[in-house]
Amino acid sequence: MQRITCDVLVIGAGPAGLAASIAAKQEGAEKVLIVERDESIGGILQQCIHPGFGLSYFKEELTGPEYYARFADKTLELGVEVLLNTMVLDITDEDVVCISAKDGLSIIKAGSIVLAMGCRERTRHQLTIPGSRPSGVFTAGTAQRLMNRENAMIGRRVVILGSGDIGMIMARRMTLEGAKVIAVVELNDYLAGLTRNKVQCLDDFEIPLLMKHTITDIKGRKRIESVTVCEVDANNIPIPETAVEYPCDTLLLSVGLIPENELTHKAEIDISPITNGPVVNQYMQTSREDVFACGNVVHVNDLVDNVSLESERAGQYAAKYALGKLKKREDVIQAQPGRNVRYICPQQIVNAEDGGEINLYFRVAGPEEKVRILVKTGDKVIVQKKALRVNPGEMEHMRFDAREITSPDLTVEVMKEAI
Amino acid sequence: MKTDVVVIGAGAVGCAIARELSKYELDITVVDKNEDVGGDASKSNSAIIHTGYDASPGTLESELVVAANPMYDEIARDLDVQFERIGAILPAITDEQLEQLPAIKDKAMRNRVYDVEYLTREDVLRMEPEINPEVRAALYIPRESIIDPFVLVQAYAENAFANGVHFLLSTKVTDIRTGDGHIQSVITTGGEIETKWVINAAALFCDEIAGMVGKRCYDVVPRRGQFYILDKNTSCKVKHIVLPIPTKVTKGRLMSPTVHGNMLIGPTAEDLDDKTATETTAEGLKSIRVDVEKLVPRVNWRDAIIQFSGLRPNRVPEGLHVDTYEDLKGYINLSGVRSTGLTLSAAMGKYVAHLMVSLGMNAPFKKNFIGTRKGITRFADLSVEQKAALIEEQPLYGNIVCRCETVTEQEILEAIHRPLGARSVDAVKRRVRPGTGRCQAGFCTPKVIEILARELNVPASEIMKNEKGSYYVVGDMR
Amino acid sequence: MEKIVICTVCPIGCNITVREENDELVITGNQCKRGLTYATNEYLHPVRILTTTVKVHGGDQVLVPVRSAEPLPKELLFSAMDLIRDLTVDAPIHRGDVLINNILDTGIDIVATGEIKC
Repeated sequence: MQRITCDVLVIGAGPAGLAASIAAKQEGAEKVLIVERDESIGGILQQCIHPGFGLSYFKEELTGPEYYARFADKTLELGVEVLLNTMVLDITDEDVVCISAKDGLSIIKAGSIVLAMGCRERTRHQLTIPGSRPSGVFTAGTAQRLMNRENAMIGRRVVILGSGDIGMIMARRMTLEGAKVIAVVELNDYLAGLTRNKVQCLDDFEIPLLMKHTITDIKGRKRIESVTVCEVDANNIPIPETAVEYPCDTLLLSVGLIPENELTHKAEIDISPITNGPVVNQYMQTSREDVFACGNVVHVNDLVDNVSLESERAGQYAAKYALGKLKKREDVIQAQPGRNVRYICPQQIVNAEDGGEINLYFRVAGPEEKVRILVKTGDKVIVQKKALRVNPGEMEHMRFDAREITSPDLTVEVMKEAI
Repeated sequence: MKTDVVVIGAGAVGCAIARELSKYELDITVVDKNEDVGGDASKSNSAIIHTGYDASPGTLESELVVAANPMYDEIARDLDVQFERIGAILPAITDEQLEQLPAIKDKAMRNRVYDVEYLTREDVLRMEPEINPEVRAALYIPRESIIDPFVLVQAYAENAFANGVHFLLSTKVTDIRTGDGHIQSVITTGGEIETKWVINAAALFCDEIAGMVGKRCYDVVPRRGQFYILDKNTSCKVKHIVLPIPTKVTKGRLMSPTVHGNMLIGPTAEDLDDKTATETTAEGLKSIRVDVEKLVPRVNWRDAIIQFSGLRPNRVPEGLHVDTYEDLKGYINLSGVRSTGLTLSAAMGKYVAHLMVSLGMNAPFKKNFIGTRKGITRFADLSVEQKAALIEEQPLYGNIVCRCETVTEQEILEAIHRPLGARSVDAVKRRVRPGTGRCQAGFCTPKVIEILARELNVPASEIMKNEKGSYYVVGDMR
Repeated sequence: MEKIVICTVCPIGCNITVREENDELVITGNQCKRGLTYATNEYLHPVRILTTTVKVHGGDQVLVPVRSAEPLPKELLFSAMDLIRDLTVDAPIHRGDVLINNILDTGIDIVATGEIKC
């Protein structure tokens, strides 16, 4: 058993953890340690070989491996330490317990902790898709890992449920590798992922996108043999008369991501029932003042560029905390979702009178066109903007200074513009 | 091939019989069509060791279940199986149900389950706060217990194996030869086995086996039971087995913890003709939700991590039977082993062994019978100090393969390399649980495939989910 | 000829109509200048960055991720895949290494986006 001490401990070496560790180091934390369960750094971006990353952060279009490499190089340059093949088992009030084959069990005492464990995929069982339980039903991310990292071809005739980004990207990936993608099936009447992915991954290859459809049955005792696809009514209830059976040997699910909060639970940190991630303030600080969180463990992002920005903030303030430079939090203001806002992150603003930039990320509940987005405190509108279109699949954000919050309340709302 | 006893079926009952008979100087061969021990019904059920309180008094089923329940403390200890006597609560929510309680208690007494007690409303809500607050009263059945059903069957089988029993898996019985009023041999897809005894423990398929020797005087009608399993972290949990009061139509759906801390809810009861129809259905799952919410209103279905179904081998006409025949010596036919099969397996082993002795089986006891079996160390359940020591001893305990259930690479290697070891992803899962958590194998599947392929020295495309044909990977991409 | 182009420059995703009239392009439905450029290019010569993997011999990984250094003409994606699929490269490989020079005479290279050690 070894004992390790560090200023800032970062859990996870994906894009969030890498950005946080760099920021922590730059803020002056002497010893910054990342614990990563994989054999290499980069997290999910290692399997995201496609382009589309970095357009806002680096102003150029990068692939996943190129994007994380820029952070990885910086991490090593600054002297951040990384423990690979190491799994955190527990976060207690006192310390963090992790294990690896190489170093055995380690107990780490950290000045502050940054949670950057990312997210996991929703499964068919969370959607309660009935039918048999054959092989050949994969979450899109698992399929992506098998193909892009493990050199495994997973099937030839594919149906994809859900229009999430990974599903659409896998539709293109499998088509390029010679598989036939029969259809992408989406329950809602709007796209779950980004429009650019529909254009470049589906339309380019003439892959049909069936909106307002779902899968109602899975057949096959050994390998999957077919799925039954039904149109759904206004309440998203399948209409049995519309059932069509599609023979296939593979079903990919791209039906949502859930923050990976096993450790957050163990650390007894407050979790938002909407994002399923920890409740944080503008410093990305959780309900436990020495624990910070960033990236998809907090709320699922659609662009890694946002993750990097948010994670730098987490790393910076985690370092401040560890160095004793972060003021005690006072005057907690809850950011309340108003009309057509599903959630806001961060959920809390503290010490508003001290100022500092606030960047509120939020998602709308439903798609809308020609709207005005408002951030309000009391009767005052702090900041507002017009938007031609808002979509739950595309995260929005509003930026302002904390000193603008003059009442003990804060609301974000999306209002229909009067025509 | 030549043996003394062929047991057809490697489910709970077949393996328990094989283990019991391995106490004698007998050559025993267990044959099963599946690629792994564990049977069909034995691996998809409510994982409960019943007391027999609600059996039909005076039947063989009642006798065996009531006798079996007390045996499990010893079995769990000797064979290293997770088992907990958590007790069952049978709440009466409506006045009508309240009126039924005395009759249920009376039946328990006639089954000699004397430790059933009444609970007041206050008792119930104190013991089990999640039960519907409208509860009037309840019955408490303290010895109703939960077990790991996969490991129980594996433990019977591994211990039988350690005592010399042969197992022929992925081997289907296609015919049985008889002559001179005796069993002669069993024909299988793996060849002919000469034998003196045949024990038909084929459960769902026992009617077809009986037909091979002209003794099919009943049919097996598969009765499907669909289940939900909820996340360990679900917001609404129970500590006891919460049983519904049966109606004339159905025994109803229960909610119970598993030995691993999940919530198990179900089953449905649907009579089918297809013995392989292990699908779940939208209607079936809905009926479970509707029913169980009457008992435990706050069940959080959003925390469901899997739905599955199993087939109970229901006999028509009904009833548990163990038959022997004057005109066919050496043949023992088990039929009507249904939802209580897991429980009564322990007693059935003893019952069948005794029956064989009474029919002239005179093999002596083995002098060196091994009575115990050591399971695979569950890393997740150890203390920090124990974990540290274990990794020091064997570094592969430091490699976590399944993050949801904290399963290490070393446990997976043991599952593969121990006797009757796992050959498929599901077989690994049933031994050491990778993939049974909330991500449902999304994270660990590639790793488990890789480890199996490496250890068995085959390409990844030959690693199956379970039976042949259930491949994950078509082949190398490059 | 007329074509509807869904703009991917920003999340608005305008449906832009491109019509050829007397050797000139008439573009309608865009809400900004960037959309105009995008629709023109997408109509005249649509291009895409191609990403895939290449088999590695003797490395710590079996595959190295690759991309086309610049976007390739869309109609060449499958032909390019056929060439890339048959390629095996030896480790070590560094990010940015050119694995195929001037693929299909496009003047564009296929380069590694990952690092492979021996």
